Amino acid sequence: MTVLGIPRTKATRGALGRSGARLRGLGRRTGMFLLTIAVGLVLWQLLAGHFGSALIASPRETWEAGIALAEDGTLWESVRASSQRILLGWGLGLVVGAPVGLLMGRIRIVRELSEPYIEFFRFIPPIAFVTLAVIWFGLGDTSKIVLIFYTAVFIVTINTMAGAVATDENKLRAAASLGANRFQILHSVVLPSAIPYIVTGARLAMGNSFLTIVSAEIVAADHGLGALIWTSRNYGRIDWTFVGIITLGILGFSFDRALRLAVRPLARFKVNI
Amino acid sequence: MSSTTSTVTDRPGGAVHATGVQIRFGDFVAVDGIDLDVKPGEFVCLLGPSGCGKSTLITAIAGFEKASSGTLEVDGRPIDRPRDSTGMVFQSSEALFDWLTIRRNIEYGPRMRGVPGAERREISDRFLALVGLSHAADKLPAQLSGGMRQRAQIARVLANEPRVVLMDEPFGALDAQTRHVMQTELDRIWRETGCTIVFVTHDIDEAIVLADRVLVMTAGPAARIKSSYVVDLPRPRDESDPAATALHRRLRADIGEEVHKALRSQGLAVEEEK
Repeated sequence: MTVLGIPRTKATRGALGRSGARLRGLGRRTGMFLLTIAVGLVLWQLLAGHFGSALIASPRETWEAGIALAEDGTLWESVRASSQRILLGWGLGLVVGAPVGLLMGRIRIVRELSEPYIEFFRFIPPIAFVTLAVIWFGLGDTSKIVLIFYTAVFIVTINTMAGAVATDENKLRAAASLGANRFQILHSVVLPSAIPYIVTGARLAMGNSFLTIVSAEIVAADHGLGALIWTSRNYGRIDWTFVGIITLGILGFSFDRALRLAVRPLARFKVNI
Repeated sequence: MSSTTSTVTDRPGGAVHATGVQIRFGDFVAVDGIDLDVKPGEFVCLLGPSGCGKSTLITAIAGFEKASSGTLEVDGRPIDRPRDSTGMVFQSSEALFDWLTIRRNIEYGPRMRGVPGAERREISDRFLALVGLSHAADKLPAQLSGGMRQRAQIARVLANEPRVVLMDEPFGALDAQTRHVMQTELDRIWRETGCTIVFVTHDIDEAIVLADRVLVMTAGPAARIKSSYVVDLPRPRDESDPAATALHRRLRADIGEEVHKALRSQGLAVEEEK
């Protein structure tokens, strides 16, 4: 018997069964996702009812404030400004951190020369540099991008270095005895081996960028989600603060999902997504 | 021996020459006083108890370790670093590049040398066919069985046309059945290509089935080559052949001495095997 002209061989039955199972799995995950969100909203509502809107803006108040901020354009402008700074700073951190990490991982002298600085600076939080960044790079976007870069670059470098160091000795030897020179080995063996580590570093760096953007924007920024949160303090608008916080969360979640989708073609490099 | 029916590579194998080679790691002398002569196109097995330094010797021929004294040459040229003239098949299939298809793995050496795409394709087609992997050309190593991955390693090394092929227990991680098939295949591949092979193993039957000459190494430290056996049996060989079993007994007695010596040096008393 055939369905839609597809002969029901063992193979097609297996394939249809598999995609059916995948569909059910997706449905279940979506269901769970909606359920946890519903439970969260109920809890939020209960807390808001208990403490009052002076302390906690209810989901409804937050929603209405969000609509108002969206309508006058403030919300979109904030999302745009913050996203742009995060993407630029994070992207620069990735572009600089990955090659530096590769070189540190494979060339001892580079590692020995740079490790003390990396170990020194990675313990200094970006907020410590906010004032300096403003003095050096002005009030505009540059100071924020530099701070995001700062927060992203070390974590990418350290992860990449760990990946480069962990490159399988058999692969390095195989490449050398197949005639690859040091540079060829670096980009044809060490880099692909380190890709799972680089991806992990990039995801952690994205998280750090979100942690940093608020502190970077709190001082001297007229746009951005951090600025929005800070301004709402001055106006005593706790509902705006809630809008800013929720938007940051949604934005971070979306960026991480987008990143995971973007690295999906790298699955053959054993990237864990 | 080299009853070469159809040569896959145009260049015949190279020669390996060692005189008084010593390799040490700090104060530890791994091998000492190694004299070795491998003729072009010859298949030589290094046989010895575990930890006797046979792998150390082969990694030095590959240029991964340096001899602390003595001379070690391939085709009369001192070995100072890994070169594409000495290809290595590793025991671990981790040596394959997991992110490249089998075809791209095989084309790796030619690509590093800047061989153009069309020619590379020709090379990979030829060596995929030689090791019987044409159907798996576009698969990733993780999608293949252990035996197929070792075939891929062999093809990758041969596609690079090395002067000498070094094999460090390449079938050591395979199950007995697959190992047997791979030995037969390697024997065929070697006869078709006429390459020089130096093969490390601790499996006596494997050495008998494959080698023109079996070199037995003493137990380490400071291991040296103890004795040499010419295996003058028609190929393809059968280890149950009476001449092969007789040779097996001699080799086992020879190696047994070394194993006992090694155990005694570790303070373990053992009954002598008869």
